[in-house]
Amino acid sequence: MTAHAMEMHTATGLDNRKVAIWTFIASECLFFASLISTYLVYKGRDTAGPTPSEMLQIPLVTIGTALLLFSSLFVVLALNGAQRGNRKALIGWLGATLVCGIFFVAMQVYEFQHFVHEGLKLQTNLFGSSFYTLTGFHGTHVTIGVIWLASIFWTALRGNLPKEKAMNLEIAALYWHFVDVVWIVIFPVVYLMKD
Amino acid sequence: MDAHATHGAEAAHDHSGPATYFKIGVVLFVLTGLEVGAYELAHRGGTAEQVLGPVVVPVLLILSALKFALVAGYYMHLKNDHRAFTGLFVSGLIIATVVIVTLMLLMSYHLNYNQGLV
Repeated sequence: MTAHAMEMHTATGLDNRKVAIWTFIASECLFFASLISTYLVYKGRDTAGPTPSEMLQIPLVTIGTALLLFSSLFVVLALNGAQRGNRKALIGWLGATLVCGIFFVAMQVYEFQHFVHEGLKLQTNLFGSSFYTLTGFHGTHVTIGVIWLASIFWTALRGNLPKEKAMNLEIAALYWHFVDVVWIVIFPVVYLMKD
Repeated sequence: MDAHATHGAEAAHDHSGPATYFKIGVVLFVLTGLEVGAYELAHRGGTAEQVLGPVVVPVLLILSALKFALVAGYYMHLKNDHRAFTGLFVSGLIIATVVIVTLMLLMSYHLNYNQGLV
């Protein structure tokens, strides 16, 4: 148990914002579980293509996966900087996190455009419906995370994020890490087990 | 001192610092490389495919679980944070796993039944 958690003057002794974000993350586990299970249930049941083996490209998505992993490293370094009052580290690492997040979203937009061009649309077959729904909702979460972190980045740039307010970044970072761990599941399940 | 103000001082004494985060980052990167490598070997044909083909799915799931645990434990600070947060997260994960397994079993049976396979 951390000293910080003990010193909060709340009924539980825990920071209410952290309890809230962890509860939200727990509920999000169920949301993505339903999407992943739907994808797996319908996998291989199409009577017409395109199939996952024909469409999914590993090299591009591996780069996207690496970007998300790097972004998780960068945001935890930014949080460390914020907690120590190191504004330079906070802004530098948070900026790097944003760049990785934006590139991941761009990668996904490019992938979707490519797939549509190749004939895989949301309504094409079961693979199209379940794939776009699963990865689309994940991409939406990444986009929300980018906007959230960008607002904190802007606050930090204006000098309004002293170490006493590091919890603001910690909450956003927890959300960002969750988005990363969801992709850690989606990447092998959807892309590496496509056959 | 404000409760929030203690956070920075506390973090300074936390065992997880930038050096640990970088080490975890390297491990995550290596594990991702192993995932892609396992996939490529399992689809290359020949002996590699014969050996790795049947076990590639469990290998990928284990590597994924390791990455998941490292991010949750170190980057999300569950390793050093209050156990209540771990409890909340693990509760969600357990229910999520039950949802995935149950839905897959039920829907697979239902779809197979409709196709006259059972």
